[in-house]
Amino acid sequence: MNIYWDSFKTFFHIGIFTLGGGYAMIPLIEEEVVNKKKWVTKDDMLDLIAIAQSCPGVFAINIATFIGYKLRKTRGAICTTLGTALPSFLIILAIAMFFSQFKDNKVVAAMFRGIRPAVVALIAVPTFRLGQRAKLNRYTIWIPIACALAIWALGVSPIYIIMIAAVGGYIYGRL
Amino acid sequence: MIFVSLFITFFEIGLFGFGGGYGMLSLIQHETVEAHHWLSTSEFTDIVAISQMTPGPIGINSATYCGYTAIHNAGYGHLVSILGSATATFALVLPSLILMILISKMFMKYMNTPLVQSIFTGLRPAVVGLLAAATLLLCNTENFSTPIENPWQFGISCALFVATAFGTGYLKINPIRMICYAAFAGLLLLY
Repeated sequence: MNIYWDSFKTFFHIGIFTLGGGYAMIPLIEEEVVNKKKWVTKDDMLDLIAIAQSCPGVFAINIATFIGYKLRKTRGAICTTLGTALPSFLIILAIAMFFSQFKDNKVVAAMFRGIRPAVVALIAVPTFRLGQRAKLNRYTIWIPIACALAIWALGVSPIYIIMIAAVGGYIYGRL
Repeated sequence: MIFVSLFITFFEIGLFGFGGGYGMLSLIQHETVEAHHWLSTSEFTDIVAISQMTPGPIGINSATYCGYTAIHNAGYGHLVSILGSATATFALVLPSLILMILISKMFMKYMNTPLVQSIFTGLRPAVVGLLAAATLLLCNTENFSTPIENPWQFGISCALFVATAFGTGYLKINPIRMICYAAFAGLLLLY
């Protein structure tokens, strides 16, 4: 089978079956790409995950681009990226086109009034989990607090926060 | 003009969105709700909910939804709005594509140097702050109502918030199932 078509199809498949965002797709990618297709080795995969996690952008797209590029350079990367993005694009497009018609429906509106506070909690919980993983201690805990307050209370763009944090890390590393 | 603005905005989100899906949330929220007013806070929250329940990364989902809604709200038809969706999604993916290809081509060996690592050391705590900001920004009257305006809805909203935090944080209940419970509670109590 044509490798471009095959890689597109594999990542399209991965894109369809990953509920719950980027990290949920790691085991699926490993199964398809490492075990079944043998496009990358297990060790390479660990390196790719580490780099894709630390780089900006959508994690799933980063991983797909890496593997596509490893297979067939830029054209391969375009195939795998398209494959990963297309399922969500089509599904959300359909929802965007029809959701506005249902939004004002009384039943749907009541359901979403219940869903919204729950979603805020779904974002609050990983904040603490991410804090643990970032190994915050009493000397660094002020950094996330200051960043959050700057964005929330002062309306500073998160882009500036990211830039300042990167420069801050760089300077700290040179001390 | 709105197409250019969509493209630039989502290109920026793709370029500066560190920390995976959740880490990107405050960036997406800041740009689409606060800066450009393409979405209301409740619409943004709905997208997060829909993203939890459908496959695919939240970044792609919000770009697609936002691209469509922004163009549609500007008074264009379905076809032009689909083009808006494609523009936003393409713009979000483009920085990843370029960056990952560049890293694969020449920077792989630099990724483990102390210089790059120290930059990531600075970014990690900041991303926690970004996520905290996203949570704080979503705790508003659109999502929770107010004790004065609608005390019943406010009380139920707070209870659902606590229940979901406890359910997913401690009891490890699947988020999708939790959203379904919340929808059911909303239907029963907030109709």
